[in-house]
Amino acid sequence: MKVGLFIPCYVDQFYPKVAIATYELLQKLGCDVHFPMGQTCCGQPMANSGYAHLTKGCDANFIANFTGFDYIVCPSGSCVLHVKDHLHDEKQEELASEMRKKVFELTEFITDILKIDHIDGSFPFRVGMHVSCHGQRGLHLSQMTELNAPFFSKPEQLLHNIKGLDLVSLSRKDECCGFGGTFCVTEEAVSVKMGQDRVKDHENHQVDYITGGDMSCLMHLEGILKRQKSHVKTIHIAEILNSLEN
Amino acid sequence: MSSKKIIEHSEAATQFNKDVERVNWHDETLWFVREKRDKAAYQMQDWELLRETASKIKNNVLSNIHDYLVEFEENAQKNGIIVHWAADAKEHNEIVHSIMVKHGVKQMVKSKSMLTEECHLNEYLTEKGIDVIDSDLGERIVQLRKEPPSHIVLPAIHLKKEDVSETFHEHLGTDKGNIDPQYLTEAARIHLRDTFLTRRAALTGVNFAIASTGEFVVCTNEGNADMGAHLADVHIACMGFEKLIPQRKHLGVFLRLLARSATGQPITTFSSHFKKPRDGKEIHIVIVDNGRSTQLGREDFRNSLKCIRCGACMNTCPVYRRSGGHSYHNAVAGPIGAILAPNLDMSKNADLPFASTLCGSCTNVCPVKIDIHDQLYKWRQVLVKEGHTPAVKTAAMKTMATVLANPTIFNIAGKSGRFVMKNIPGLVNNKMNKWYDQREMPDVPEESFREWYKKNSRESKAKKDE
Amino acid sequence: MSSKAEILKKIKQNQPAFVTELPDLKVLGSEDFDVLQTYKTVLKNIGGDSVEVADYQDIIQYIKTNYDVEKRIITTIPELSEIAKLNWENDDPHSLENVELTIVKAHFGVAENSALWVTDDVLGQRVSPFIAQYLAIIVHKKDLLATMHQAYEKIGNQEYGFGTFIAGPSKTADIEQSLVLGAHGARGLIVFLLD
Repeated sequence: MKVGLFIPCYVDQFYPKVAIATYELLQKLGCDVHFPMGQTCCGQPMANSGYAHLTKGCDANFIANFTGFDYIVCPSGSCVLHVKDHLHDEKQEELASEMRKKVFELTEFITDILKIDHIDGSFPFRVGMHVSCHGQRGLHLSQMTELNAPFFSKPEQLLHNIKGLDLVSLSRKDECCGFGGTFCVTEEAVSVKMGQDRVKDHENHQVDYITGGDMSCLMHLEGILKRQKSHVKTIHIAEILNSLEN
Repeated sequence: MSSKKIIEHSEAATQFNKDVERVNWHDETLWFVREKRDKAAYQMQDWELLRETASKIKNNVLSNIHDYLVEFEENAQKNGIIVHWAADAKEHNEIVHSIMVKHGVKQMVKSKSMLTEECHLNEYLTEKGIDVIDSDLGERIVQLRKEPPSHIVLPAIHLKKEDVSETFHEHLGTDKGNIDPQYLTEAARIHLRDTFLTRRAALTGVNFAIASTGEFVVCTNEGNADMGAHLADVHIACMGFEKLIPQRKHLGVFLRLLARSATGQPITTFSSHFKKPRDGKEIHIVIVDNGRSTQLGREDFRNSLKCIRCGACMNTCPVYRRSGGHSYHNAVAGPIGAILAPNLDMSKNADLPFASTLCGSCTNVCPVKIDIHDQLYKWRQVLVKEGHTPAVKTAAMKTMATVLANPTIFNIAGKSGRFVMKNIPGLVNNKMNKWYDQREMPDVPEESFREWYKKNSRESKAKKDE
Repeated sequence: MSSKAEILKKIKQNQPAFVTELPDLKVLGSEDFDVLQTYKTVLKNIGGDSVEVADYQDIIQYIKTNYDVEKRIITTIPELSEIAKLNWENDDPHSLENVELTIVKAHFGVAENSALWVTDDVLGQRVSPFIAQYLAIIVHKKDLLATMHQAYEKIGNQEYGFGTFIAGPSKTADIEQSLVLGAHGARGLIVFLLD
């Protein structure tokens, strides 16, 4: 299975460990993983700010880099959702359409495509799950509390076999962290308040770590935690799932 | 029309967040209402089916609204109801005033109508010398305080008991410092009872209008709409034309969803169906457009007209809860307000669709399944294209687009950025960087992922061995 | 062109090209539960009270015990003439402002929300259930339906000038979300569940 590794621009630059963990994990699970060096960004920051009409260059670059893979996997729900919903190229629309079907977020790729329902690993800590909105409500990685529907969670399922991991239940299960792309600076007061409230929920439940599937959310929460000099740390779920040495 | 300068949402929200205790209280109060909705929704086995059904009914209504309106008017008139049509807010206000003048009445009692807020009816009538009293307790409180309601269902949700006590002490003569809600409500009951008994004209909103029977429904918990209407000589009911539903039986669906979505109650205390005026009295209906027909023609935003004004989107919105209804500078605030208001005035309301993280919670509590967060995204594209975003932002985005389309430039930019952050942190960690106000910047790693990949990946190692 | 013509013209131009289908409502309202029990529980939860009675004598007895019969009590039910006044239907509605208790009989009740359906023919005057300080509504147990879907099926094409669903006493939570009963309408509602 030839997998193209799609790494969010800021993860490449600031959180390489997450990308490394994703790469190693997928290899362990039997995939032939390649990272196309020419990739840059999915274009989401511009599109969500109302500048979708400027993303043609980004889209073309994405298509150019990710042609020829069976699947394209990314450790970020929001980037995957953006590509799934908005990848277009007037000149090669059929190719774009095909590609949109092949893009997957990491945890859903593992559960739905690789059909693996648990991962062995070790992470003996109290962990709070931050449910990132685009992955949850957009990609349906887990059930949302707004609906009267049975609970499920692809990321939580994968964490079940991680030794020592104590997954903690929060008061507000799936409230937004407040990052929201450029929102984090254009509406700084509300963005920070939302992040502080999420952090408080985790701290009230005495977590050691906050995990989730989107480094953007975690970067925002981490910024707040560090400013508060909190002992709570953030860690992307890929790093927990990749915790077992091969 | 008020000519006060519009304070943009982000600025208003910054002010709102200065009082941390108050923001916490406002947020927790509204989250509690969201939780009540959840409890009600989880108890109904058919909840999601009901939402889907309501959505389909409203889709049908919007796709056939012309004929439904003609049918409604015909049947309403057969019932003896007098029907008026208002193209815009100005005409709506003029029509309401003309009815008052015709009957020689200078005092009116009102029950809640967001449409009349949208049209600024109270201001208009007051200028014309008509005394208007809002009878919904929350609306009466904000009316006495000379402020607009902050929530379409809970108009005074932004006020604490102490605020209400102060206001009632000043205007109704209640005991200073008595903050007991029972005591304060009793004072309002007595004060407004006199209003109901003496007003000859009553104005209400319309929750639902039934095309096939020409009747309309008004839902309240307090009974104020009924107290006004059944004692007055003239009952004026104002509705946006999108409030139609095809038949009586469809009320079953909407009345099961409305109160549960709004406050978690199974139904409002009163769901009053008005079909004919009392003997010798009059019922007038004013059907209002005021931009709705334009919105109807916007394919991407048409669905916003399905709204039944339950307020669930406001209660769940993490941004609304932490910025308050007034920061949206519109009669209808929150997520639904942000997709309705730009249609009314694009330049005044350009900030609203950006007051969101696009989390999607609103869309999923909406009883009629309006794709609110998708519409917020689409409005952003429209507003940028129409030139309603600052030039600085556009310039910055164009630069970003260039960088992100070109791998080489991207690599250089990324590397330089990290270099600066690591070696000249003061250039980044300062007052010009909005992120830095209340958050630390991420740590700078030794190398980027692609640098690591070049050295360590299987693929790269294989290439080296070639 | 009149505003009506203008508005309708614009609407016709702007509405979608195709009319979408109305959904089938028959799939709704199939919830299976104890109708009487649910009715009583929901009513209690929303601030109302209920009492099961065998006949009108029981009702008269209850009213004598729990209300001040010296105060003005009105009804549209001849069987209650012992404790309540009839024949006020043609009076000026404002003259009802000193009514302590209104007693009427509902067409039916709805268990899922404890609402009772009354129309002008059983209300005597439209304002009668709102203007009184207290409200009592009688409904036959056999006339309790499960959900609003059955309710509208029952209403069918019933002719009325005014009808309303009444669920519990009048209430408000507009002052800092504190629930207060008796906003403008009745301060309390008692439902007599008649055999």
